[in-house]
Amino acid sequence: MAEDAPIKEKAPPISLAPKLSPTEWGVKAFFLLCAVSALGSMFLIMVFLFMEAGGLFFMSEEGPGVSLTEFFLSLDWYPTYPDPSYGSLALVLGSLSVTMVSIVLATPFGIGLAIYLSSVAGPKVREWLKPAVELLASIPSVILGFVGMVAVAPFMQNVLDLPTGLNVLNASIFLAIMATPTIASLGDDALSAVSQTVKDGSYALGATRWETISRVMLPASLSGLSTAVILGLGRALGETIVVLMVAGGSAQVPHSLFDSVRPLTSTLAAEMGETAIGSPHYHALFALGALLFVLTLGFNLLAFHLARRWGRSSS
Amino acid sequence: MLEARKGHTHLDRYRREGIVLFFIRLTAVLALAIMASILLYLLVNGIPALSISFLTEFPRDSMMAGGVLPAIVGTVVLALGALLTAIPLGFGAAIYLAEYAKPGYLVSFIRLGVSNLAGVPSVVFGLFGLSLFVTTFGFGRSILSGSLTLGLLILPTVTAAAEEALRQTPQSFREAALALGASRFQAIRQVVLPAALPGMLTGSILALGRAAGETAPIMFTASAAFTLAMPDSVFREVMALSTHIYNLATNSTHIEETRPQQFGSALVLLVLVLGLSMFAIIIRAKLRRGRKW
Amino acid sequence: MVEGDQVIISAREVDFYYGDFQALKNISIDILKDEVTAMIGPSGCGKSTFLKLLNRMNDFVPGARLAGEIFIGGESIYGPDADPVVIRRRVGMVFQRPNPFAKSIYDNICYGPRLIGIKKTSELDELTEKALRAAALWDEVKDKLNKSALDLSGGQQQRVCIARALALEPDILLMDEPTSALDPIATAKVEEWIKDAGMSIVIVTHNMQQAARISDKTAYFFLGELIEFGPTKELFTRPKETKTENYITGRFG
Repeated sequence: MAEDAPIKEKAPPISLAPKLSPTEWGVKAFFLLCAVSALGSMFLIMVFLFMEAGGLFFMSEEGPGVSLTEFFLSLDWYPTYPDPSYGSLALVLGSLSVTMVSIVLATPFGIGLAIYLSSVAGPKVREWLKPAVELLASIPSVILGFVGMVAVAPFMQNVLDLPTGLNVLNASIFLAIMATPTIASLGDDALSAVSQTVKDGSYALGATRWETISRVMLPASLSGLSTAVILGLGRALGETIVVLMVAGGSAQVPHSLFDSVRPLTSTLAAEMGETAIGSPHYHALFALGALLFVLTLGFNLLAFHLARRWGRSSS
Repeated sequence: MLEARKGHTHLDRYRREGIVLFFIRLTAVLALAIMASILLYLLVNGIPALSISFLTEFPRDSMMAGGVLPAIVGTVVLALGALLTAIPLGFGAAIYLAEYAKPGYLVSFIRLGVSNLAGVPSVVFGLFGLSLFVTTFGFGRSILSGSLTLGLLILPTVTAAAEEALRQTPQSFREAALALGASRFQAIRQVVLPAALPGMLTGSILALGRAAGETAPIMFTASAAFTLAMPDSVFREVMALSTHIYNLATNSTHIEETRPQQFGSALVLLVLVLGLSMFAIIIRAKLRRGRKW
Repeated sequence: MVEGDQVIISAREVDFYYGDFQALKNISIDILKDEVTAMIGPSGCGKSTFLKLLNRMNDFVPGARLAGEIFIGGESIYGPDADPVVIRRRVGMVFQRPNPFAKSIYDNICYGPRLIGIKKTSELDELTEKALRAAALWDEVKDKLNKSALDLSGGQQQRVCIARALALEPDILLMDEPTSALDPIATAKVEEWIKDAGMSIVIVTHNMQQAARISDKTAYFFLGELIEFGPTKELFTRPKETKTENYITGRFG
């Protein structure tokens, strides 16, 4: 066939990657634009939060700007006083207290539920329980806050003989109820991803069900479970209406579970409606918002990082 | 020695097994019990407040009488507006991620954006909406501002659900269409999308429920404590069930006297949101079972 | 080139790479019009890769690169002016697993014709009947054209896919192990169809008996190289290459 053809250098291989027609290219660009919109929103949120927050720290007609030291380290949040002070520390501690207590409650509950869903429940039960957990997650927070306020607070106040039922513990209970489905559902995904062959290996060596769960499945899905807990934590930290209605609302450093606190989120929700746009108070609230944003972003990035590592190691 | 141990710890191991599994089962019972008691509590206290007039009238006498019709309408309008915002962006993003994107920095960056947007606290969305839509764009407190804010809030949910549905349509559909001489976009539009659409919409219904239940994002962007008339344009502020409950329970001058209204509104909101979620979950299960590929 | 019979596909010194991996090495082959050509060889030998080069389906594989030339009906399908979409409309393909769309039988068959702008119902009806008859499926499905194609049996689904490809009246039909997901009865029906089709068909199969039953010519691939190509009877009874002999005797026992 080709024997008598003149010997010539063969052309190097060409790439076959499809070339898009202008229409196709336009369509792809449009979808890319949509995909970037989430990223763009994140960016815009940051820009607006920090821009508005910046107003607190710079000189204005209203007077000299607030110092960063005061904002971060002062316990005094008195934005409406004639001589206002804008310390966020008590609010941050308020947020951290309810978040930490709620996560202490929600972690065993959520992980237990995840274990039950992934390895204990039969397929029939699982088929019903998983949607039920999803429904629990979809109860609006204002309703949980309402129940905490109207039902649990008076009960707590009477039974424990407290000055108020609107306190760290009550808020934490309802935050835990909100965080549990997140932890349970993500935890179930992580546990279910452990391969059957590994489990069979453990059973074949004479391990019981719990021994298999605790010594094989939990270690294997540890980073997935951590991701679940961290995302639950982020959700509790950012939750607004429950703490606004149930945490009591006093801007103080809590000393016990029964003190009332004023977390960052509830401060924002309670005060933003009553402040003049552009006032120092308005800017101070945006500064709180920016702080909250950075805190939750930190948790989310950590969870994203863990999830990626988990994705890599399990595949 | 080893031989003896193999059988020895038998009883102990099973006793421990029993105790641990008991606690694990307890978590499931507890979860169901919590949900049941919340539902029951609201049903018992809310049903007496419900009536036809509660659903069809405006509030009267400082909210102590009358109904919550404008709040129901406001909630529905805001949630639908949010969906209208989120669906084009979310479906478009999902199509890019599932059909066009090749693994790389851009895609990880986009995914990072989507997952972090999902973690932004709802009250921060409220601040953002206030600053951008209400003030900078000058939309004021309005249906438009509230819908856009809620739309961004549910954008990650809509995107994730749509991408999942697209990924579940088999690769062989795309191959077959391409082999018949379809362009990439033709294959997506004519073959992949029709197959994935039910799943994509189901995910959106779940997001719709979430938008209807949110409070913080609309507090400063859309909601009014009371309106005299139904909204006649997207630049009007509206009442919403969630903020109505919050306002009556914490801010109003007659907190105790409006309890029945509070319970009634809570029950209506709960039925609306759980109804949507349940509807979506059932449809999703049906779709999964009925899928032939 | 071969004299007399008409060559429809002609590959010249084709090298093909997935990234850095060379999947095909210096393949040259002439495939004749209206013949059934089978491609056999152990998995990973490059037979499916070669098949997918013929309708440019490998374009979608990341890192795909090609050297050499392939002509279909005398035109270079990897030349600068070649349009992959047009090529795919002229070269039909049937896949390993039946892959009808989640649409009615009718809409499946009309998919290709509609892509090229045929909209009139009467024309589409006619094409559908013709394609289904050609795929020997018309009598079985003529009363349920509006039913989902996914409700059919596996063998019927595969014949819907054949009809769907035929509706564009392609010059060549490529079949990538078209019976590997089918039961013996359905396989027999598809094989029977291939034998009677009277069109240019290139079929990849891992089943040597199938190649022997249905093809006029057989090509044996091994490790990305075309080892032997010739009339099926000769290749199976008097293989020229030891490698071919080892393969077919190993399988035939």
